[in-house]
Amino acid sequence: MEVFWSAFVDSIKLLFGGDAALYEIIGLSLRVSGISLVLAMCIGVPLGYVIGSRRFPGRGLVVAIVNTGMGLPPVVVGLTVYMLLSRSGPIWDLYLTLMGQEMPRVLYTVPAMIVAQVIISSPLVTGVTLAAVASVPAELRLQARSLGASKLQEAILTVKEARRGIMAAVAAGFGGIISEVGAVNMVGGNIAGKTRVMTTAIQLETGQGNFGLALALGLILIGISFVIMNGFTRVQQSGGRYER
Amino acid sequence: MNASAHRCGGAPIITGEDIIVRYHRRTVVDVPRFQLCDGETHAILGPSGSGKSTLLRVLGLLERPTRGRITLDGRAVTAGDKGARMMMAAVFQNPYLFKGTVSENVAYGLRLRGVPKSERDDRVAAVLERVGLGGTQRQSALRLSGGEAQRVALARALVLEPRILLLDEPLSYLDPLIKRRLVQDFSRILSADGVTALYVTHDQDEAMVVADRVSIINDGAVIRTGGVDEVMTLPTSPWVADFIGMDAALSGTILESVEGIAEVLVGEERVFARTDLPPGTDVLVGIRPEDVMLFEAWAETPVSSARNQLLMRVESIEHMGSTDRVSLHSNGMRIASSISRAASRELDLTVGAEVRAFFKATSVWVQSAAGVPSGV
Amino acid sequence: MIDRLRDKAIWRFGVVFLAFALVFSLAGCAAEEPAEEPAAEEPVAEEPIETTDLILASTTSTQDSGLFDVLIPAFEEAHPEYKVNVIAVGTGEALELGQNKDADVLLVHAKAKEEAFVADGYGTERRDVMYNDFIIVGPPADPAGIKGGTVADALKKISDSGATFISRGDDSGTHTAEKALWEKSAIKPAGAWYNSAGKGMGDVLTMASEMGGYTLTDRATYLNMKNDLQLEILCEGDTVLFNQYGVIPVTDATNMEGAQAFADWIVSDEAQTIIGEYGVEKFGAPLFFPNAQ
Repeated sequence: MEVFWSAFVDSIKLLFGGDAALYEIIGLSLRVSGISLVLAMCIGVPLGYVIGSRRFPGRGLVVAIVNTGMGLPPVVVGLTVYMLLSRSGPIWDLYLTLMGQEMPRVLYTVPAMIVAQVIISSPLVTGVTLAAVASVPAELRLQARSLGASKLQEAILTVKEARRGIMAAVAAGFGGIISEVGAVNMVGGNIAGKTRVMTTAIQLETGQGNFGLALALGLILIGISFVIMNGFTRVQQSGGRYER
Repeated sequence: MNASAHRCGGAPIITGEDIIVRYHRRTVVDVPRFQLCDGETHAILGPSGSGKSTLLRVLGLLERPTRGRITLDGRAVTAGDKGARMMMAAVFQNPYLFKGTVSENVAYGLRLRGVPKSERDDRVAAVLERVGLGGTQRQSALRLSGGEAQRVALARALVLEPRILLLDEPLSYLDPLIKRRLVQDFSRILSADGVTALYVTHDQDEAMVVADRVSIINDGAVIRTGGVDEVMTLPTSPWVADFIGMDAALSGTILESVEGIAEVLVGEERVFARTDLPPGTDVLVGIRPEDVMLFEAWAETPVSSARNQLLMRVESIEHMGSTDRVSLHSNGMRIASSISRAASRELDLTVGAEVRAFFKATSVWVQSAAGVPSGV
Repeated sequence: MIDRLRDKAIWRFGVVFLAFALVFSLAGCAAEEPAEEPAAEEPVAEEPIETTDLILASTTSTQDSGLFDVLIPAFEEAHPEYKVNVIAVGTGEALELGQNKDADVLLVHAKAKEEAFVADGYGTERRDVMYNDFIIVGPPADPAGIKGGTVADALKKISDSGATFISRGDDSGTHTAEKALWEKSAIKPAGAWYNSAGKGMGDVLTMASEMGGYTLTDRATYLNMKNDLQLEILCEGDTVLFNQYGVIPVTDATNMEGAQAFADWIVSDEAQTIIGEYGVEKFGAPLFFPNAQ
């Protein structure tokens, strides 16, 4: 038990100790997570709405694909992104053929990490949004249409109606991103001061046998997650007076 | 309710032609022609699964038919025509209120139409007053009772002052007490404003209260359209008769006519009826069971304005809740009478017994047999 | 109303699913039982050897070299009473595992740390096993022009020209060796050109290849991955590049006997021969040089 207590004390000391490297890592974690989440929402919410609200042939298959995507092993995503972006990968060759010059390196940069994170979290956001939207009765959209709503206005109304579920989708996406280590490690490279984030830092400290420090970093990460998730929950539950 | 009500009273607003809707190769709606006329409340009456709601969605531009044309004020329109859709508003079986306040719900369509806030507030207040929910603006829409919610749904549609109001079984989820009250309110609102409305229901009583004209639909096909009394009193086929709880209309011929009262030969019986049709016309004749009173066969003729007094034999007695339905026949004429259980007990009716049936000439509905489809 | 029905349907599905799961798990138990009985009745053909688990904590580079794939089966043949489980981690983590007694025996390569580990009483003894050598690899174009020079010369050219260098940055044996080399050449590696990756050898080689950078690697891992890398050996053979491996049985380990047996076996002639021959067939040269006394 002592180990955990001292890790807790260390995590507080670290967090308020003014360690620039740590703040940089936290900042990068938040930046990568934030940008990835926004992009995942831009993809996942409209996609989830369309799949959740429409009936079309092959819909069952599409839903199954999305659900599979929700369980994509991050390491496999990392590996795939790595292979695509690699100097011996197809994109590099394509760029060289099309542009006549070598592609600027994307691998081991923040954008590469974001690409991987978006791939991991988009299915999560899509899947949960889909379920939330599907739980809004189709007749509600029919009702909106009958009052003069356009397709877009119908969609906006549905998203508002399914707001709690969609906040859950955002939380699921964020949870998938902030805790992810396999893919960011592989495509980001865990380079100190460039692509090192909380999770890869924890992995590194663990690898070096600095279990106490790793645990302290882990507690800081959990704390940050808690604060942000708490924010989501508050947004999710506001306006409860008008809920069913 | 004039006799020509089966034709359009005003100009047709919506006309549907050759409407066919198929779901998974199953034909749900097949209607060659349907007209909704200016100012009327037109009920589409049919059993569950008859395609009536689908027909409403197609005519209301909420769903594209598999095939068919829809014209609005003579102009061809489709479900993609937002301007045309803006002229209509709908109320469905389930009110489906949106999350938010009563006011937000009622103002939804106005917001879509870009009506400024102050005007919106005034119109919402006025329409809520009209549906009997004045001052409820700030309440949560999702905490209303079923009846209140359905009124909000109606207000949400009425506030738009639509040319056409689409009502899809708006009362069928409500309990009988609220339903009785609301059906009166709906009837008042629909007639007072001269709103044009399409009213889908499976309840003939509801249709009779609210509608000017009725179309009866079964298996996706409209099998009878006309004025509400005509359709509800003169069923032209066994199916319609069965559906609206009547015997099939009788066939007869007008023998002579004096001052609008005709003597009609039905089987070998003679019946007096109010009609302007000339002698010699072949007609359909119907009498609603509620309009036929029964007395003991030996009773002295009571003082009554009823022109028709027939000695008839009881063929069968059916218990129908609060009333008994007695089928009668004499000389090839068959009618039914609906009497209270108490009256039925008092008469001590038995099958085969003779009774005296009384009904007014004004209760006998007569329509020319020419041009009425038969045997559908 | 509809929602409530739907909820009910979900519940019903859940209940049915659980019921199925229960039935199948019971069926599974039932199916297993009869299978066990005849097994118990059968005469035992061979005297079963009671095996105990032996946990060997070693480094990722050793694992990646493929040496264990031949070494461990040979040990288990010589000592069938032990079943070896290799945990491949960084040298730092391996030592930490030993300190926590979560590993029985260590095979690592950071001599100074290992000696301190034994001096602190966490290990019973430390014996040399073998060495391999480090090499500096880099892009074939060699932008810093280090080819053929000494280690000190190479490091100075890399830092002066600002050519990309990728460091393990994970406190591993290789990282420790790299830091020692920078220190020896009196250069403080810092700046945009110096990338501290915090990753294993295989990953860092891949990164160096992708980024067109230099790195310090053990020869074994490089040779193993060579075909997938756009990297060439640019600096080798300098005596400062030798990398000594040691074996340490952990004090009061769970399987002390196994740990001692492994330590004794790996310095034996049999094991030393296997080590010396490993890689000759595949790469044309040995990857490790046995030097147990």
